Amino acid sequence: MKRFALISIPYLWLLALFLVPFLIVLKISLSDTELAIPPYTPTLDIAQGWAGVREWWAGLDMENFVWLTEDDLYWKAYLSSLKIAIISTVLTLLVGYPIAYGMTRAPDEWRPTLMMLIILPFWTSFLIRVYSWKAILSNEGFLNQFLIGIGLIDEPLVILNTNIAVYIGIVYTYLPFMVLPIYAALERLDESLLEAAEDLGCSRFTAFWLVTFPLSKQGIVAGSFLVFIPAMGEYVIPALLGGSKTLMIGKVLFEEFFANRDWPVASAVAVVLLLILIIPIVLFQRNEEKQREAGK
Amino acid sequence: MRKLSWFNTLTLTLGFAFLYIPMLILILYSFNAGKLVTVWSGFSFKWYGELFQNEAFLSAAWVTLKVAVISSTFATILGTMAAYVMVRAGRFRGRTLFSGMIYAPLVMPEVITGLSLLLLFIAIGLDRGVLTIVLAHTTFSMCYVSVVVSSRLVTFDQSLEEAALDLGCTGFEAFRLVTLPIILPAVISGWLLAFTLSLDDLVIASFTSGPSSTTLPIKIFSAVRLGVTPEINALSTIMIGLVTIGVIGASLTTKRAIAKKQKDEREAI
Repeated sequence: MKRFALISIPYLWLLALFLVPFLIVLKISLSDTELAIPPYTPTLDIAQGWAGVREWWAGLDMENFVWLTEDDLYWKAYLSSLKIAIISTVLTLLVGYPIAYGMTRAPDEWRPTLMMLIILPFWTSFLIRVYSWKAILSNEGFLNQFLIGIGLIDEPLVILNTNIAVYIGIVYTYLPFMVLPIYAALERLDESLLEAAEDLGCSRFTAFWLVTFPLSKQGIVAGSFLVFIPAMGEYVIPALLGGSKTLMIGKVLFEEFFANRDWPVASAVAVVLLLILIIPIVLFQRNEEKQREAGK
Repeated sequence: MRKLSWFNTLTLTLGFAFLYIPMLILILYSFNAGKLVTVWSGFSFKWYGELFQNEAFLSAAWVTLKVAVISSTFATILGTMAAYVMVRAGRFRGRTLFSGMIYAPLVMPEVITGLSLLLLFIAIGLDRGVLTIVLAHTTFSMCYVSVVVSSRLVTFDQSLEEAALDLGCTGFEAFRLVTLPIILPAVISGWLLAFTLSLDDLVIASFTSGPSSTTLPIKIFSAVRLGVTPEINALSTIMIGLVTIGVIGASLTTKRAIAKKQKDEREAI
């Protein structure tokens, strides 16, 4: 009995506030847009019972989804988010891996401090960290002041309000998510394996490439998913650092909902985004479970 | 003792410079006398003064704090229960769905979570306000809490709990007297994590807040969209300062606790 209560309280909470809302999104994405409050007509009327369901099924058109394929804006936004998310995941990996590697090579007594320095930005407001780049990347910003000051360029570079600023923003804010899992994987590495590789005639670099890198793969995979999945639906970074040409689906959804008040289309955008993300989310969970098994 | 090679020294220096320089510039320019945040024109506390006179920011800060305290407390209770279920309850019907619902919110894009919760609140006719933000924040942060707590529960020696039960404790007493003290550090870090997530959240709060319940991130975001202002720099500096004190304080406490434990162990031998 007690066990039942223990299971059912969090279970019911999640059902009511996580699963049911999704079903509502799904339902509204199949409804018709209407100029009213709420701005859609529920095409499924459960109160009518079975007849209502049958009527809904007969009249079911995927018009909001058809609309998504007809209007250039949407599929371009999906593709562009995918591109931005992939490129920034690769960039974060390129920046994050050497940091994680350097941390494992640091003297033992430094490690807690280095670890704290990686975690600290993670606790600091995401919004503030994104905002801090605005003053650096703008035309009169510090980066341009610096580059003109040392005589590298004459004209300020236009970085703010372009996709480059979005890449920088994503790499900056998601860096701890990449560094921590890779660090965790590298720290578990048995160093005698490297010594063995070097004894067997590997150069330092080959030893790294053949031993260290493959053994840190799970950390790389976990880190990449932790960057890729949220980056795909990112709203704040393109809204603050990107320009009017930066197309990202999170921004489209937000604006569709708040500016155009088109709920059925916004819901359809959300459903398609979720369908795209289901594969990486499932892969991520598999990877986590594998790691947990290995850790036992 | 190992020494860092020049390559690792370089990557660590550059990496940490990249992480910290933007924040240091932001802090420095909160003390700028001028209105521009890219041109230094003398030291001043002016913007802090302006900030504390800005009613809108103060009331938003109060709403944010209220939401964060309430939602992180509920999230900690529900998340600890969920962790217990995941680690201890064994098999039950719908377990896969349950673990899916625990892990999915961790990676779910915020726009989807926000949109779906808003549509739920509208469907059941709940007016948007502090309550709806609390419900939304509790839901996503309980998942973080349950991940943190369950990683501690996994390494926990279950025979201690069994011993308590054998000695006549009820299930709840065994939890309160044995399990809870041992997993307490994880429960506290879960609470802190939930608290920070709630303080930080912009997207989900934008969907679930009403006109009378604007939170600080919503306020900051609308100010920042228009451009960079020294007042926001001052506010950011205060927030970064509080977080830094918190994180350093927490790590010193754990360090001292570990040192004390090691000393006790040595003395016991």
